[in-house]
Amino acid sequence: MKLILDHVTHIYDPHTPHARTALRDVSLQIGEGSFIGLIGHTGSGKSTLIQHLNGLLKPTEGSVYADGKDIADAEYNRRALRGRVGLVFQYPEHQLFEADVFKDVCFGPKNLGLTQKETELRAYEALQQVGLEPEVYDQSPFDLSGGQKRRVAIAGVLAMRPEVLILDEPTAGLDPGGSREILSLIASLQKERGMTVILVSHSMEDVAAYADRIIVMNGGGVTMDGTPAEVFAQADALKEIGLSVPAATEVCRRLYAAGIPVRPDVTTAEEACEEICGCFLR
Amino acid sequence: MRGITIGQYYQADSPLHLLDPRVKLLCTLAYIIILFFADNPYAYGLATIFAFAMVMISTVPVRMILRGMRAVLFLALITVLFNLFLTPGDVLVEFWIFTITRQGAQTAAMMALRLFLLVLASSVMTLTTTPNKLTDALERGMRPLKIFRVPVHEIAMMMSIALRFIPILSEETEKIMNAQMARGAAFDEGNVLKRAKSLIPLLVPLFVSSFRRAGDLALAMEARCYHGGKGRTRLHPLRYATRDVIAYLVFAAFLAGMIVVIRLF
Ligand SMILES: Nc1ncnc2c1ncn2[C@@H]1O[C@H](COP(=O)(O)OP(=O)(O)OP(=O)(O)O)[C@@H](O)[C@H]1O
Ligand SMILES: [Mg+2]
Repeated sequence: MKLILDHVTHIYDPHTPHARTALRDVSLQIGEGSFIGLIGHTGSGKSTLIQHLNGLLKPTEGSVYADGKDIADAEYNRRALRGRVGLVFQYPEHQLFEADVFKDVCFGPKNLGLTQKETELRAYEALQQVGLEPEVYDQSPFDLSGGQKRRVAIAGVLAMRPEVLILDEPTAGLDPGGSREILSLIASLQKERGMTVILVSHSMEDVAAYADRIIVMNGGGVTMDGTPAEVFAQADALKEIGLSVPAATEVCRRLYAAGIPVRPDVTTAEEACEEICGCFLR
Repeated sequence: MRGITIGQYYQADSPLHLLDPRVKLLCTLAYIIILFFADNPYAYGLATIFAFAMVMISTVPVRMILRGMRAVLFLALITVLFNLFLTPGDVLVEFWIFTITRQGAQTAAMMALRLFLLVLASSVMTLTTTPNKLTDALERGMRPLKIFRVPVHEIAMMMSIALRFIPILSEETEKIMNAQMARGAAFDEGNVLKRAKSLIPLLVPLFVSSFRRAGDLALAMEARCYHGGKGRTRLHPLRYATRDVIAYLVFAAFLAGMIVVIRLF
């Protein structure tokens, strides 16, 4: 599924004293099968942007196209769109409500109008994919740990079998082990299913490790858009807007600046390791 | 949604905004009471002029004030119709089964005006006073009730917490709605029963988070040694300034004028 944002501007509470421009003239193309990292300072408009992709928010100006159709059209079926563009919000507490985990995961597919059998099949499949043990399927979602809740929330969206999966800071508040598990889970789903993934994150390491394209937002606009190597090569510009580069990049940049012959544009720890070791072997 | 305020405070710094909330509360109350004694056109004229003067001083856009009026339009309409057609007296107009009397027309007009001024006065008060200041004024005003063991401070604290939580909860509601809509929920489809059922995915997370927030707040208050109203001092104590005295005097003059006009005619 192809998504296009065409000069999208979004103003919250327009025509009031609290009016606030959260997106300014954003144009983007999101193709099929990519893993996109969306980064930006707090308040730069990331959450606002992703809510345009499934029609939860309507652009104040400009349009959003899904497979060539304007999703703001009156006759466009936005509910069906939400099944195809799955959005997982930051706080699982905002969506868990059923008596047990399994029923909660069934909520999405049921809303798509699937049969009971198909709904349960998908819920079961999604719960397995996110790696939850069958013991928790009939527990109350409110009794789970933070990481488990997050998995249930992701399963709740995966059960709709979206073509595009958007995650708003899925690892916030998780320990390093838990966050690695969730991210590698998402990465493997993306490969297996050929899904498009958009990952909103504050961790440069995470986006560098998993994304093949990085979009940088600042003050409601897109300021950079490219491969991790391209984006993290602009370390100074990133620092200017309150972001940083991955630690591995920083190390290699400093080594390079000190005259050591390593590539300064590495983005992951593995690459940096190879470069530095290679430098000794050379 | 973020800018939501209960009541309808309008940010500005007019002389009315700067007044002590007790002045506004007391005068509005007195104004409403005196309105009920007004029984002739002159008294209404005076009250109307005073109200409009206050609106001018408040610098609140008329549009905002009229918005508050909409709520009572229906009530006013019914009052007017009942008074217009059901008051016996000298017949003015007669058609089919309806008769309009002179007395009826007069009462209807006065009733409408009274209702209008009533809402106008309270709107001007709430538009120029933040809910928190109003609560402060109420707490101060209810202090004598402490003799009867009314927990005045606790009531006021509950009111301010409730007021503070309204924007938080409305923001939360919006977020939960979005999260459920992202899973294909629809809140505006189907018959009444179906709609009521569609609220469950919204209400459950909202209740859960409200209870959590309430618990957190209680803990945070205890951690900062909150132990009720006893011996508690205020960060912003209410103190009368010169302008408040002037305001009381101006209002007293208006009140005297009203009493004279009511007595005279
Ligand atoms: N519902 C809303 N009503 C009014 N203003 C909002 C609303 N949501 C966000 N904003 C404002 O829009 C701007 C962009 O917010 P947004 O949530 O998109 O930022 P973000 O990049 O997701 O930030 P964060 O990293 O903190 O999640 C902010 O200035 C914010 O205050
Ligand atoms: Mg956000």
